[in-house]
Amino acid sequence: MTDTVIQVEQLGKRYRIGGTPGGYQTLRDSIASLGSRLTRRGPAESGDTIWAVRHISFGVERGEVLGIIGRNGAGKSTLLKLLSRVTEPTEGQARIDGRIGALLEVGTGFHPELTGRENVYLNGAILGMKRAEIDRKFDEIIEFAEVERFVDTPVKRYSSGMYLRLAFGVAAHLEPEILIVDEVLAVGDAEFQRKCLGKMNDVAQEGRTVLFVSHNMSAILRLTERCLVLDRGRIAMQGPTAEAVDFYMTAGDVATGERRWSDEAGTAADSPFRPIALRVIGPRGRIAERVASVEPITVEFEYQLRIEMTGLRVGLYFSTSRGERLFTSFDTDASEDYTHWTTRPAGRYMSRCQIPANLLNGGTFVLGVNASAFRIRSYFTEERALTINVDATGAPGSHWPEPRGGPLRPGLVWEIRGVDDP
Amino acid sequence: MKESTPRTAVSILAAPTIWIRPTRGWGFANLRELWRNRELIYFFIWRDVKVRYKQTLLGAGWAILKPSLGMVIFTVVFAGLADLSTDGVPPPVFYFSGLLPWVLFQDGVTKAGNSLVASSNLITKVYFPRMAIPVALVIAGLVDFVLSFVVLLGMVAFYQMPVTPAASLLPLFVGLAILAAMGVGLWLAALNVYYRDVGYVMPFMLQAWLYASPVVYSTTMIPSGIAGVLYGLNPMAGAVQGFRWAVTGVGAPPIEMLLSSLLVGLFLLVSGVLVFRRMERVFADIV
Repeated sequence: MTDTVIQVEQLGKRYRIGGTPGGYQTLRDSIASLGSRLTRRGPAESGDTIWAVRHISFGVERGEVLGIIGRNGAGKSTLLKLLSRVTEPTEGQARIDGRIGALLEVGTGFHPELTGRENVYLNGAILGMKRAEIDRKFDEIIEFAEVERFVDTPVKRYSSGMYLRLAFGVAAHLEPEILIVDEVLAVGDAEFQRKCLGKMNDVAQEGRTVLFVSHNMSAILRLTERCLVLDRGRIAMQGPTAEAVDFYMTAGDVATGERRWSDEAGTAADSPFRPIALRVIGPRGRIAERVASVEPITVEFEYQLRIEMTGLRVGLYFSTSRGERLFTSFDTDASEDYTHWTTRPAGRYMSRCQIPANLLNGGTFVLGVNASAFRIRSYFTEERALTINVDATGAPGSHWPEPRGGPLRPGLVWEIRGVDDP
Repeated sequence: MKESTPRTAVSILAAPTIWIRPTRGWGFANLRELWRNRELIYFFIWRDVKVRYKQTLLGAGWAILKPSLGMVIFTVVFAGLADLSTDGVPPPVFYFSGLLPWVLFQDGVTKAGNSLVASSNLITKVYFPRMAIPVALVIAGLVDFVLSFVVLLGMVAFYQMPVTPAASLLPLFVGLAILAAMGVGLWLAALNVYYRDVGYVMPFMLQAWLYASPVVYSTTMIPSGIAGVLYGLNPMAGAVQGFRWAVTGVGAPPIEMLLSSLLVGLFLLVSGVLVFRRMERVFADIV
């Protein structure tokens, strides 16, 4: 028996853009546009509109935990807003069996003047709980949030951690058949995240359905079985989580070999750092889309500084195609470089490093770049700038034709010797 | 893929099916949904009252102080300096009884009119019938109203004014004020999302409306007949004059004026609900 609790068919949402950035208008604007609107009627304004999501179709079964991933602006939030009925679709339809609890932003509807107890009731009611239900769940929520001693204190006196835990507690105990969770884990400390993930796991174990949006790939991999990958408002791919994450991290418009950034306009003040190119160079000095793990790999990052910069560090994020960070390295990590390059005058630069031979296992890796001044300002970040395909042919231990687990396959120095019995 | 999911037997029968699709055209309020969310309305009322009383030094005192200060000013200016007729009713009682339904209306309209814009963070994040917010804020005004009504009863007792059969119609006139406040409040709340000018216009509109209503004068100054009907097009004319009549037993509003007030009040409410519903679907996109 198929037991589909969410069935989405050709869902689309169009927004009007331009003209009024804030959305709302003033009477003056309306009166001014009245003349033009009278002369050209109908939906001729298609030039001013944008489809935030379109042609979205998928189904979710009862008890399934579905991940939704995609870059910023891919339409994840719009899709969740449509499913949680915050906004209406422009076309298409969705059928949802069961009560939906949306946890879009932690603490929405909390009033700082009211006490913890009062906010639990108010927030619960806003999220659609009956009073009797809140009564029943109250102690559990307070216990989850660890605010027993402060139930009758106004939440404006709460620490941010208490505030977050209480807000998540209310939403997680709502017991909806379908729970929608959007990026809550981006906030809060590790302990809070662990707690929330645990609670979400419980929710899924109880046979309830969860839609989970996150940029945290390890959370996605841990919690979901299946994922939608959104790209520019469309479903780019849907499938088992491991494949979807791999697709998201490597496919699409992520370059291999060389990545060039277009020379976008910008003043020296708002974008003093301009990336030019990121390249992977093979052993023969050529740009390489595929490199061998048995040879050193050179990575070079070319960029331009429009002004003199102090304390700048330019570095690499090296991740697996599953989104797990392997390492981060900056060009001023070595102390002599750090003291020598305290300031860099305006001009063109190249930061180059070498990844040693016999370090990586075969597979696809993702390179990101970052330019920042520690604790002062981040000038440029791109988590997925380039992918590298590594071929492990001839790597240590190749005489056994077996797959080796793990992203690394270092050539370690082993010593084997016989030890005499004492 | 699904085999790995541990599943418990969950009853599907209880689960309501929700259809998400574009709606078009006009529709009346989903009253059943509003009724299902009555606890939410109750919590919104409770929040408004609680927060207001918590944040201010005088708390509930303001509920009484506001019409009282108005009464003092009107008594000095209109009864004292301008020597305007109060139909033989002691001026403090005359003005206070006129101000009570007026303040109920004015506060209701102001708070409801600004409510959606003020709750934009809620509206863009969570779904619930949006009408719950303005409706709750208008009803919340009744709490203040009851407090100052107790003071009014004290004044009536102090001046030893007789209770007349008209007193039985009190709920009708309070209801009319609520009706009008909700109607106008829903109109303005919806329009305010589109045009922030509404927020600026409201104080002036209400000030003009105050003098168009029989708060500082009596409708006995208005000729009966067609003039009464026209005057009654302001629903607060019937509400204020009727309320004062019910309390003091003096200055019965002409029946044709009352009827036109009642009809206009109903019209405002129905049209307000329609406009609100029509605009509701895009609130989250533009607020």
